[in-house]
Amino acid sequence: MELYEYTVHELVEKLEKGEITSEQITKSYFDRIKEKDNKVKAYVSTLEESAMKKAKEIDEARKAGKPVSKFAGIPIGIKDNMCIEGTKTTCSSKMLENFVAPYNATVIEKLNKEDLVYLGKLNMDEFAMGSSTEHSAFFPTHNPWDLDRVPGGSSGGSAAAVASQMAPWALGSDTGGSIRQPASLCGVVGLKPTYGLVSRYGLVAFASSLDQIGPITKDVTDSALLLNLISGHDEKDSTSMEMEKKDYTLSLINDVKGMKIGLPKEYIGEGINAEVKQAILDVAKKYEELGATVEECSLDVGKYATAVYYIVACAEASSNLGRFDGIRYGYRTKNFDNLKDIYRNSRSEGFGPEVKRRIILGTYVLSSGYYDAYYKKAQKVRTVIKKGYDELFKKYDLLLTPTSPTTAFKLNEKTSNPLEMYLADICTVPVNIAGLPGMSVPCGLDSKGLPIGFLLIGKSFDEETIFRAAYTYEQNSNFRENKPTFKGGEN
Amino acid sequence: MAISKEEIIHIAKLACLNLSENEIEKYTKDMQEILEFANTINNVNTEGMNETIAANEKSNVLRKDEVVDFGNRDALLQNAPSQDEGMFRIPKVIN
Repeated sequence: MELYEYTVHELVEKLEKGEITSEQITKSYFDRIKEKDNKVKAYVSTLEESAMKKAKEIDEARKAGKPVSKFAGIPIGIKDNMCIEGTKTTCSSKMLENFVAPYNATVIEKLNKEDLVYLGKLNMDEFAMGSSTEHSAFFPTHNPWDLDRVPGGSSGGSAAAVASQMAPWALGSDTGGSIRQPASLCGVVGLKPTYGLVSRYGLVAFASSLDQIGPITKDVTDSALLLNLISGHDEKDSTSMEMEKKDYTLSLINDVKGMKIGLPKEYIGEGINAEVKQAILDVAKKYEELGATVEECSLDVGKYATAVYYIVACAEASSNLGRFDGIRYGYRTKNFDNLKDIYRNSRSEGFGPEVKRRIILGTYVLSSGYYDAYYKKAQKVRTVIKKGYDELFKKYDLLLTPTSPTTAFKLNEKTSNPLEMYLADICTVPVNIAGLPGMSVPCGLDSKGLPIGFLLIGKSFDEETIFRAAYTYEQNSNFRENKPTFKGGEN
Repeated sequence: MAISKEEIIHIAKLACLNLSENEIEKYTKDMQEILEFANTINNVNTEGMNETIAANEKSNVLRKDEVVDFGNRDALLQNAPSQDEGMFRIPKVIN
């Protein structure tokens, strides 16, 4: 068995026993990247030199008996919208193509304390705006289960890298499904934590009231381990919650007896692919066999969440992206006579088509005459959606839905119709609107051999129940015996 | 509700974006479809509902307004498209 095939918790065990070194693990990953990434194209940049140097230092420290973290020397991939000091953070945009981060994101500071090794920065839809990673200004990423299909997005590079074993785990960010949907389409585990559990400092902002950083991992245990490392209050992000630090591995318990799971009927009905629906019903049946009760319920207002999302997210984005003016950092046009030209031409040349579309939509819904009808109304509907969840969580511990209405779609299938692309998020978006935690767990393959994922939605700051249920499912199923085939990609 | 090309041009100006004739054409059509979809939120009864202003509304976070030195001015300036003697350089604004 190659080192890149192990989960992180297996690697940690082997490191502790002295069976392997960080240098061996790290080299195994760079060899794998060289073998596979010319087809998958998950990495925007790799950090081989600094990674190998760091791995060697950790090995020497371990050998000398110095106290090191148990994760010291474990490699990780980072979505290219999180700042690592001294390295490029591009957001897969021409606007930030040459931007070198002058500081570390808080999640990176936390990983540095544990001496993790950075393999590189992972591809994404430009500024995290998209559901397929086709909106990257550099190149699209391909799905390792079928190279002619998308990996999902916007954290498509992170999910594809973990699925194709080019990283043992990775960080993604999720504004409307950008961790969970690609995790589902690539057959890996993706968690969007409760809004406020993980600091957003140093994450390039898309929609600040919705963005959250979270783990993309091979299994549920690694997800708990990585959440342990990155969660916690940060004074640099006033929306991060002050609360007692939890150890999520304590929730890795193989038992769901007595747990109450709601199955909102709207997400197993119209618009959901028949094979996906069947897979979700099979998961529900499995939970019942394992001692949980699963009951059909309703979240009628959920059907408005996607419309609310595109109003609120684009409004926030149009404001957040106002900072890109060609003056202090980022792309500056060569074509200008005055200051106004710098602003307009830098933005027009630096942003890609989807980013411009969302800035225009966001500017429109915030503009005089439309603010009340769109933005204000959407924020009120957001409250109604939150209340809808509150009602359901009076009765249920968790909600179960598909993560994505379909399995991975073909490259270029949805790029010409933005609205159709937006509807790829219908199952994931409501969770961000309400600020709740959600985890996508792989549960099978469709008849084309493409992964299907189910989504577990928990109460606010109750990641524990999600971990417990996801772990129980994983221990009683065998998805990880399936491996990506890397088929297709001839065209 | 129809959105006109003129409106798209006006909005692009507010957002500091130049649009080509093709882009105006395309975005007008896209906005038409997206806004039609967005209008479905009017089916929701929101009478008596407050707006959600933050994902966590349990507490208000306050801190002292104190200056903290970033400490690495060179790293910040190195990303500037044009700089001079520790300052960002822009074209002349006042004639």
